[in-house]
Order: sequence, then C-alpha cells, then structure tokens
Amino acid sequence: MDKMPLLDVRDLTVEFATRRGAVRAVDQIDLSVMRGEILGIVGESGSGKSVTSYAVMRILDRAGRIAEGSISFSGMALQTLPESQMRDLRGREMSMVFQNPRAALNPIRKIGRQIEDVLLRHAQATRTDARAKSIAMLDRVRIARPEERYDAYPFELSGGMCQRVVIALALACRPQLLIADEPTTGLDVTTQKAVMELMVELTRERRMAAILITHDLGLAAAYCDTVMVMEKGKVVESAPSADIFSAPTHPYTKRLLQATPKPGSVLRDLVMDPQPEPPPPARPIQPGRILDVRGLVKTYGANNAVDGIDLHVDRGESVGLVGESGCGKSTTSMMIMRLLDPSDGSIQFDGQEIGAVPARAFATHPMRKRIQMVFQDPTDSLNPRFTAERAIADPIQRMGGSIRRDALRARCEELATLVGLPVHLLDRFPHQMSGGQKARVGIARAIALNPDLVILDEPTAALDVSVQAVVLNLLQDLKISLGMSYLFVSHDLHVVRLLCDRVIVMRAGKIVEQGTAEQVLEAPTAAYTRELIAAVPHPPT
Amino acid sequence: MRVARQIGQRLVTALPSVAGVIVVTFLLTRILPGDTAAYFAGPAATPAAIEEIRARLGLDQTLPVQFLRYVGDLARGDFGASLTTGQPVLADITARLPASAELVLVALVLAVAIAVPLGIIAALKERSLIDHACRVVATAGVSLPVFFTGLLLVYVFYYILGWAPSPLGRLDVFASAPPTASGFFLIDSLLAGDVETFRATLAQLVLPAATLAIFALAPIARMTRGAMLSVLGSDFVRTARAAGLSPNTVVMGYAFRNAVLPVITTLGMVFSFLLGASVLVEKVFAWPGIGSYAVEALIASDYAPVQGFVLVMAVLYLLLNLCIDILYGLIDPRVRIDA
Repeated sequence: MDKMPLLDVRDLTVEFATRRGAVRAVDQIDLSVMRGEILGIVGESGSGKSVTSYAVMRILDRAGRIAEGSISFSGMALQTLPESQMRDLRGREMSMVFQNPRAALNPIRKIGRQIEDVLLRHAQATRTDARAKSIAMLDRVRIARPEERYDAYPFELSGGMCQRVVIALALACRPQLLIADEPTTGLDVTTQKAVMELMVELTRERRMAAILITHDLGLAAAYCDTVMVMEKGKVVESAPSADIFSAPTHPYTKRLLQATPKPGSVLRDLVMDPQPEPPPPARPIQPGRILDVRGLVKTYGANNAVDGIDLHVDRGESVGLVGESGCGKSTTSMMIMRLLDPSDGSIQFDGQEIGAVPARAFATHPMRKRIQMVFQDPTDSLNPRFTAERAIADPIQRMGGSIRRDALRARCEELATLVGLPVHLLDRFPHQMSGGQKARVGIARAIALNPDLVILDEPTAALDVSVQAVVLNLLQDLKISLGMSYLFVSHDLHVVRLLCDRVIVMRAGKIVEQGTAEQVLEAPTAAYTRELIAAVPHPPT
Repeated sequence: MRVARQIGQRLVTALPSVAGVIVVTFLLTRILPGDTAAYFAGPAATPAAIEEIRARLGLDQTLPVQFLRYVGDLARGDFGASLTTGQPVLADITARLPASAELVLVALVLAVAIAVPLGIIAALKERSLIDHACRVVATAGVSLPVFFTGLLLVYVFYYILGWAPSPLGRLDVFASAPPTASGFFLIDSLLAGDVETFRATLAQLVLPAATLAIFALAPIARMTRGAMLSVLGSDFVRTARAAGLSPNTVVMGYAFRNAVLPVITTLGMVFSFLLGASVLVEKVFAWPGIGSYAVEALIASDYAPVQGFVLVMAVLYLLLNLCIDILYGLIDPRVRIDA
C-alpha cells in the first residue's frame, strides 16, 4: 500500500568541527526505511552509525552539523525544518532508545513522571489522565506492578527494567519511527532477548518503522529485515539480513562476520587479515592444580553473593566463569584475587592457603605477584597520568625487586613486543591510544611478572569485534608460550567457548553446571545453561 | 518521622565536633600572648592590683581547673562576661549576631540570585561572549579583597554619587530600630508595618551586602557552570531532547535540578567564607555585628567573647551543614536511601 519510504536519507554528510578542522563522521550515505520495516545499521566504533541517527533526529551536539544531503521523513525535509517544528516531531513522530538505560533516565525524577513529561509535552494526555496513561504505558512494556513502579527512581530498577522504561518513554506518543542505538549493549543475554522481543513486538504491532543500531551482527541479523554495514562513515553493504550472513559481498562485511564468535568458529579463524601466525611453541607444564577453591562464601548482609562454591584451575588450563550480572562471578574473582575477604571457605594457590590472608595484607604477600588480573574496561583501568611504559613498569617496580632503569625499559619493550604493542607507543598516555592498544597495555602489565594465574574479567567486552578477535588470539598465544593458567570471567558464551578448556556456569551465587567447553555448550544439562545459550541471538539460517 | 530521626542522628554525630571546638578555643585563648589581668587593670596598676584581679578572674588557677569551670558555666548558659563591654557575652552575642546573620544571608541571596543564572547562561552558551564575561566578572570579584571592594563601593556610591546613605551601621543615626522580633531589621520592620524603616534598613544594607556578594559570585557561578555543563552533556538530557521536551523543561526541569546538587554543597562553603569575610566588611561599614565584636575582644585579650564567638560560629556552621544535608536529601532520592 505505501510504497513511499517513511524515512528516506540521501547523500547525508555530517561534519564535526574539531581543532584540526572539519572531520567527516558520515560521508554521503543513503538509507530508507519503510513502514513496518526494521533496518539494522551495523558497524564498529567510529563507523558513524550513531551519528547518522543523531543527524536524523537533529540532536547532533554543537560541534556537529549536517553538511550535505537530504532527510525526508513522511514527506518533510528534516534538514531544513525549523528547530521548533523538529521538537514537535521528536518524541511524537520519531523516538529514540539509547545505550546505557540507567544513565538515559533522569536520576532524580520518578520514572512515571518522566513518561508523563513526554505525554504532556505532546498533548497526548491531560493533567487528569497523565498518571493513568503513564501507568498503562509501564504495563505495556511489561513492568510488573506498574502502579507501584510509577513512583520508582531509576536507581531502584535493574538495567533491563530501565531499558523498558526508556522504551515506554519512546513509544508513549505512538511515534512512526523508532531508532534504537545499541539498546541492549551491557545487558545480560536473557535480558537482551526480552528487551529486543518486546521492542520488535511493539513496533510490528503498531506498524512502525524501526532502526536498530548495533555493533553485533548477530543481533542485527536476528531481528532486522535489512542490514546496512557501515565503515568509517560510509555504507559498505546493504542487503536483506539473511543474505548478509549467507553471502556477504564486501570484504569488510566478511571480515566483521569472520571476527564475530559464533557456534562452530575457531579462535584462529576470527582473524583474516593479516593471516595470524602459527601458535608459538608451548612451554612445558608440570601437571597439577594451580588454584583450588573450596566452599567459598561471601555474605553481604543477609544475602550470600557467593554461596559455597568449589572450583579449581589446573596448570596451563583456562577456565571460563560464566553467568549473568549479579550471579557472583565478579565477587568470586575478587576473592581469588584477594581484593575481597571471603566470609567462609578456602582458597589454595599452588598448594598454599591464601584465603585467610587479609585482603589488605595480600598486596605485600609473596604469592601476590603470581596472580594477576586484566580488567574489563581498558580505559578506566589505566591511570590516565601514566604512560604505557610506566603502567607496564609499575608492577615490576613494586614487586619485581630492584631493577636498573635501562633493564626496566628493556623489559617493558620486550613485554610490548610480546603483546604486539608497537614499541614507540610506550611513551603515550592512555587517551592517545586506541581501545585495542590499551587492552594490550593492560595485558602486558598483567604478565609483566610472569604470573602463574591470570584472572581475565571480561577483557574484551569493551572492544570492537575485530579487535576482540585479535586480542583473544593474543591471549591464547601468551597462555601457551608462557605456560599460564586463565580464569576467564565473562557473560559471552561464544567467547568463553573459544578460549576456555572448561566452563563453569554460575547463577545466584551457586555453580549450576561445569564441564568441558564442548559439553557445556553443545549438550548443556542444566535448564539455566540451556536458557542462556538460547538467549544468544541467532542469525536466520 | 524518618527524617526527624535522621536529623536527630546527625545532631548527635555533631556533638564531638562541638566538644572539640570548646577544647580548642579554650586552649587557644590561653596560649595567645597578652595578659588579661594586666590589660584589665590598666597601665598604672601596681603588681599587687594585677594579682588581685587575676585571682578575681580565676586566672591564677591551673588550666584544668579553669577549663572545668568554663565548661560548667557553659552548661548553665553562662558564656562569661566581656571585660571591655562589661556585659555578659551571651547578651552581647544575641544582640549582635542578627546583624551579622542578616548581612551574610542577604549577601548570599544576592550572590545566588546573580551567580546561578549567570552560571546557567554561561553553560548554555559555552565559549560565547557571555561565558567569557561571566568568567572575568567572577574572577575580578573574588580577586579583590573585600575591604577594598567595600571602600570602593563607599567611595563611588556614597562619596561621589551620593546614592547610598553614610556607611555607619545598620540604621541612620536618627532612625530608631524596629521592635525586636527576629533581630533581622528587614523582617522586624515589615512585621511592625514600618515601611520607612524597612527602606532605611535596606539602604544601609545594600553596600555591605553587595561587597560580600561580589566576593561570593565566583565560586557559585563557576560551580553552576561546571555542573550544568556536565549535566547538559549527560545521557538523560539527550533522552529528554530526543523526546522533544521543550528547552525550558530540559534546562530547568531536568538539567538544573541535577546540577543544583554540587551548587548547594558549594553554598555551604561560601557561607563559611562569608562569615569570615564579614569581619572586615563590618569594620568598613561600622556594622554592629559579631565579627567586629570578636576582633575587638581579641585585640584586647578578652577571652570570653572570643570563645563565645568561635563556639557560636562552629554551632552555626554545623547547623548549616545539617540544613544542606537535609536539602540534598529532598532533591536527590539516592541520598535519602544511603543516609
């Protein structure tokens, strides 16, 4: 019936004014979305996918401007529309759902009132029925006990619930177009599934057009009709989502697809270009356990965050610790790292009990340098005032005994080479490096003292898939050549399967299943594990 | 109910601070050079007369004994007597505190009324002319010492332009003070329905209050600007914009209500600066406030008023911080839970 696309973007170019002149974030892109269609825009950081959506909504920040092109929305030319009319469209005709839902809501306003604000603004409700409509909207996004939750503040709700509220806010005025910018990044897989299904259901039911912006090809393919791949501000490929997976044409799409961990993929295959080197010679390992944890408990108030778990890691083994947020996996790793005192249980490291050493005293314990950690966010975990060299040298100076300055520099260079960090980058500060480079610094720092056990806490969660592919391979090679053991904490089952020999699944402080990676992922026995695996987005086949 | 209990708990936790202040002020006034007995006896007194006065003041006792007596007196509400004015310190302070409080509060209100809008505008128009102007004005205000600003204002508005009345106290020599209800002349004159006195009070108050306000502009304006900038860049403001909310709702309803939290914290600090700065302003404008009273007592080695002054200031400051905490809790639901 309506052959005219609802949103039609032609030759859109967005420039940002920077100190070094104008930078093109989006370069002459075309896109169109029909009513009832869901378009996926996929790309890595810096591809211009979010900027495209901000340009459509005309909410670019002050430095950005639409330099060229036309944006036609149900017949209106948005690029020239006065701001006052644009404001009427936003929220009423076109809405947006953002990443990081908790931050996307006003922290000091009741969620019900925030939905009312939008309803009242667009004259979709009056003072008398705003409350009822707001509650109805909360009910619509399946928030239990909506009357009660009307009075809740964002900090009182989980991330998934906050995202439902953001969706309610976006859909309250029945807009025709919904743009979702990484709506489920940072949410657990089961929550992601629920949020995505809710969003798709509501848009389908109202015959809305939707744009899903994501870095996750699998997610886009699972929920979108058409997928558009962007790289460095340009559209490199646009095709029905089934075709993108089965027959990608552009090399970048192929590379992206290759780098995305999926069932059946092998670590080495993730990286296409340049061809990865063959695995390094393995360091011989004496058999035995490096870590043995028994009956570990951590109590907070009346709750057990970790409720009596047993686990062990053999020398040269990598063990994945998987679970959703709040399952106790991070608390467990913090206790093993001796940053947190366990309430009960024993932690034996290389046959020696370290669980009884107070966390405060462990910094100077002789075992301390044999356990190291790589953190989730490569940016936040580096001191912004330390150069890469100083960050890497820091543990050596603290725990490696006295060392001469030139020897220290030589060691830092050696480590940098080991983790594939160009030596000339050693003098840079974190803000001068890319995410992948910072991740390498974090790894170099962790292996600087030749530890026996490295705890990896979601080390690639903040990285683009292509960078993640490289870093995962690096971690694997380092493990083999240095003979280390890994405890890999993650929520991403595919990544865990690639890197780990054994997998432990946690839920609510308890271990629900453990076994070899194949066993747990191919033939899970626990219902919860099956649920987790099913929640990972599957591209259409 | 819960709020009342929280206030009670806060007051209890403030008690050690008050005790500390009592000890420190007591010791400090004894350590300071100057012999009270000699000063009080006058230059022509014989050593015997000085000793007699010393004994009468209890200064011949050991420090612990003096301290116990001091604490015992405090418990009975007896702050001692001023040797220079001859009045009980409590009476002096209750007579003079409202003058200072009125001055500082009016100055604070004036500063907030100017600095907060200035900070908001500067944040909304970042790096514009208004932003730079705001910075220059604020920096200049805080760079000039208050006695200098005060004298400058007196010179311009009283001496040259003749707009302001003579800078001699809270009221003209010929006007009479309104009947005391709160001790704040502005409020008392209104309560008495005496518009003439109200105007006279206001005329006297404008210059000293402006002097203090100019000094207080910078921290408030800069803090407002900084807080607004970070809030305006936050995700929820973007959400509000993407939902089409009007600029007014976004800026005042969403952004400012969040940005006001650090500003309130700053206000507490600014208030204490102003209490300190008011000592000089009171001198310049012959303001019969508590600051000038304390300075005179200090110069005369008159212990009791100094101790009383420091104690009252400390208690005021504690109460002020309590108010700020309560206000914070009213605005930010997250603090309510944690408290």
